[in-house]
Amino acid sequence: MTEPHDNARLARVLGPSEPEVTCEQCFDDLDLYVELELAGANAEAAVPGLRAHLRGCPACSEDHDSLCAYLEEQET
Amino acid sequence: MLTEPITTLRSGTVSVSREVRQTMALSRSDLSMQHPGSDVESRAWLQRLRSDGHERDQARRALRELLLRAARFELDRRSTPLPHLRGGDREDLAQQSADDALLAILAKLEDFRGEARFTTWAYKFALLEAAVTLRRLAWQGREIPLEAEHWGLIADLGSSPEQGAETSELIAAIRQAIEDALTPHQRQILVAITLNDVPIDVLSERLSTTRGALYKTLHDARRKLRTYLAAQGFAIESFESDTP
Repeated sequence: MTEPHDNARLARVLGPSEPEVTCEQCFDDLDLYVELELAGANAEAAVPGLRAHLRGCPACSEDHDSLCAYLEEQET
Repeated sequence: MLTEPITTLRSGTVSVSREVRQTMALSRSDLSMQHPGSDVESRAWLQRLRSDGHERDQARRALRELLLRAARFELDRRSTPLPHLRGGDREDLAQQSADDALLAILAKLEDFRGEARFTTWAYKFALLEAAVTLRRLAWQGREIPLEAEHWGLIADLGSSPEQGAETSELIAAIRQAIEDALTPHQRQILVAITLNDVPIDVLSERLSTTRGALYKTLHDARRKLRTYLAAQGFAIESFESDTP
């Protein structure tokens, strides 16, 4: 069996297999996507390809996590 | 220190299928009834920022204060790898990030579509400026590993005694694909970002390009690897990251 950390590294090398948005589209739609996510709505349906991009792009993924964390902190 | 807001430095595209774009447009129209950005508070922000004189200046000051809080949040959250960053330096970075974010927002004000709250839209600029600044600071003065000797990291993945023969074969095939199927530029970008964990914003600064342009190169390289591996008969669907 492949070790989990090996899977993660291979996934990082190979990237997502499905269609994904660009970094620019990701940034443009990140606010909508995160608000829908935090509201429990289907964010992927509103912005198809953004979830795949977050899996493929470490920087955009960090930006996503930061916006989620900040909005959650604002709610508390 | 950066002299231009990072958010103005993006360009480049990754091909997205027509089907995805059409689906996106349909989904957007379905959501038109629930756009939170068309709320009273968001409209008030826009109106005040587009006004003249004292009201506009007040709105800009208030927005900058919000951006500063967001930048401080990001710097506090992500500055652990930079223990030498003192409190005063961190505050300077927060102030600079807020200034750069405000400039970017004012330049892009007409791009705000009202699909999210105005403040959510604005926060992402401040968080981005702060995050990119931190990533670049963490790599300041460090050499960027781009070269082939670092492919050894792939070989390291294959050294686990528990590792199955199938995965070892896949790793060997990936190494071969990187050597055979990629251009030198694609090879460097793929190795730096996915094997050596160089942040894409650090790489874009060193290579005088943008995050978007580098990601397109990475995307094209990954597609070539997948095509190569599929032609060799490898089933690689299971190697999908579960995050986020």
